[in-house]
Amino acid sequence: MQNQTSSPIPSFFEDSGSDRKGILSWILSTDHKRIGLMYLYMVLGMFIIGVCLGLAIRLELFTPGKTIMEAQTYNAVFTLHGVIMIFIVVIPSIPAAFGNIILPIHLGAEDVAFPRLNLFSWWLYMIGTGLALLSLFTGNGPPDTGWTFYVPFSEFTTTNVNTAVFAVFILGFSSILTGLNFITTIHRLRAPGLKWKQLSLFSWSLYATAWIQVLATPILGITVLLILAERVLGVGLFDPNKGGDPILYQHLFWIYSHPAVYIMVLPAMGVVSEIIPVFARKPIFGYKAIAVSSIMIAFAGSLVWAHHMFTSGMSDTAVLIFSLLTFIVAIPSAIKVFNWIATLYKGSIFIEPPLLYALGFIFLFSIGGLTGLVLGSAGTDIHVHDTYFVVSHFHYVIFGGTGFGLFGAMHFWFPKIYGRMYNKNVATTAWAILMIGFNLLYFPLFIIGLQGMPRRYYDYLPEYTLGHQISTVGSWILAVGLIIMFVNLYNGMKSGKKVGRNPWGGATLEWYTPSPPPLLNFDKEPDTFKGPYSFKGVERDE
Amino acid sequence: MEHNKHHIMSVKTATLVLAMLLFLTFVTVAVSRIDLGYLNVIVALALATTKSLFVILFFMHLKYENKMLKLFVFICFLILAIFIGMTFFDVAYR
Repeated sequence: MQNQTSSPIPSFFEDSGSDRKGILSWILSTDHKRIGLMYLYMVLGMFIIGVCLGLAIRLELFTPGKTIMEAQTYNAVFTLHGVIMIFIVVIPSIPAAFGNIILPIHLGAEDVAFPRLNLFSWWLYMIGTGLALLSLFTGNGPPDTGWTFYVPFSEFTTTNVNTAVFAVFILGFSSILTGLNFITTIHRLRAPGLKWKQLSLFSWSLYATAWIQVLATPILGITVLLILAERVLGVGLFDPNKGGDPILYQHLFWIYSHPAVYIMVLPAMGVVSEIIPVFARKPIFGYKAIAVSSIMIAFAGSLVWAHHMFTSGMSDTAVLIFSLLTFIVAIPSAIKVFNWIATLYKGSIFIEPPLLYALGFIFLFSIGGLTGLVLGSAGTDIHVHDTYFVVSHFHYVIFGGTGFGLFGAMHFWFPKIYGRMYNKNVATTAWAILMIGFNLLYFPLFIIGLQGMPRRYYDYLPEYTLGHQISTVGSWILAVGLIIMFVNLYNGMKSGKKVGRNPWGGATLEWYTPSPPPLLNFDKEPDTFKGPYSFKGVERDE
Repeated sequence: MEHNKHHIMSVKTATLVLAMLLFLTFVTVAVSRIDLGYLNVIVALALATTKSLFVILFFMHLKYENKMLKLFVFICFLILAIFIGMTFFDVAYR
């Protein structure tokens, strides 16, 4: 790993803060930047596995009937794609990776509040990931329940559900501990004089996310343990034959898993809020509104879980109430989008790869968000429930939103982390290919979903063939874009042009530190700091 | 820093809280043998909440913490109450 420092103080790559050498200086490090990078590398590694599984799903669906795999294998592949992408990639991606690397620096702190707990959290993540992978090769084959582990099927399937749900339980603990750490860090470790109103919007988004992690994740933990109890002890909580209620499982699962969507997307919104003012050369428009909307999303987003259950057989009154509440979440999300657009309005915009990813986020997330209203409205949801419309909506929100937010963060903070710059032309080309591939992959799924193509089906009627084939071709284009992007970033890391402290001309605190930052983050007091979005006097240091 | 002060609870208070918890445990077991119909869950949850409040306030020292921490714990309980309440809301109207 090549890195250089624009300061006489050694960077965090050179100084681990202990006598340990080699890999031990990483996997036993309590430095938030090293832990964040370890999360990032693991997340990206698992992302590649998840992408390969996704490509296999798309290839299988290229023709009706069997294309490359049997139905049972197909069930296992889409389950694994979901479990890996949701629990191992998307949830920890921005908060655990970039949150760890950037948050303490944004606060002017030397580390998070509980560095050892932070390392423990990473280890839990690794153990959970290991168990999830172990579930593939042990027991009676990989789980085939879908990532939602819906009862009663998950209680009775003979596949290796036990190991998979235990992996989710451990991964949940990792997430809770990260959230706890971030809440405490933001409350306790802000630099003297750094008031709440001077926090970066990325910090605000992580704060809102952390509360969801702490409050909602334990419910998932308990719920997956209850599945274990059902399978091993036959308790009967969710089994109607024993007086149990399978809909109760869906409530418990979605009480976590809907807010989890905001664990995924809120940090990405924070990244976009950081990128846009820097490349518009303007203070962010509506700072307070964006900050408050993060909290509003966290709160309102926790009250809408049952919109996943409109066709489950729950009461009509509950359907009505949850449908109404769902529409309320659209308000804070729209507040953010309008404020980003207003920030760009009359700005001195310079187009760079991070901005392109942020704009990609706004475009794709808006499509995902607006199609979410179709699903949140009980009347229309009845028709498109469990069709490819849902699959497409979800991928527009999570891949188009969080995924592009993650790529934006990677391109934005890359020079800060490695002290080098990637090839911007190649990065721009990769972005364009990704946008084309993404829309070609997922947009046809809206159409075949509206036509009635059910999700998770191994086989389909001939009239859906064209839509599936366009989508599969889109997946190949998307994969090409991903390869170009990763190769470009890798080359940049190894041999990119060296950069100074502030290559983009940002005003948040990380741009006052050397690139890469030293072990304790700052080599001198950032005395010219006037606020995270005050660009007066800030100059680009390429 | 206020949070660094450690409040030391008297043996008398600790014993009283322990006695109360044991009594409430006895009540929980006793009530479980009576069919209260619709009130079964409400009574069970009320007893469990009361017991956990005693533990949080005294054994976990929340009673002696600052207002900010109390507010956070209250928010957690509020959210939990909303989660449970809205789930039961579905069951009640099903």
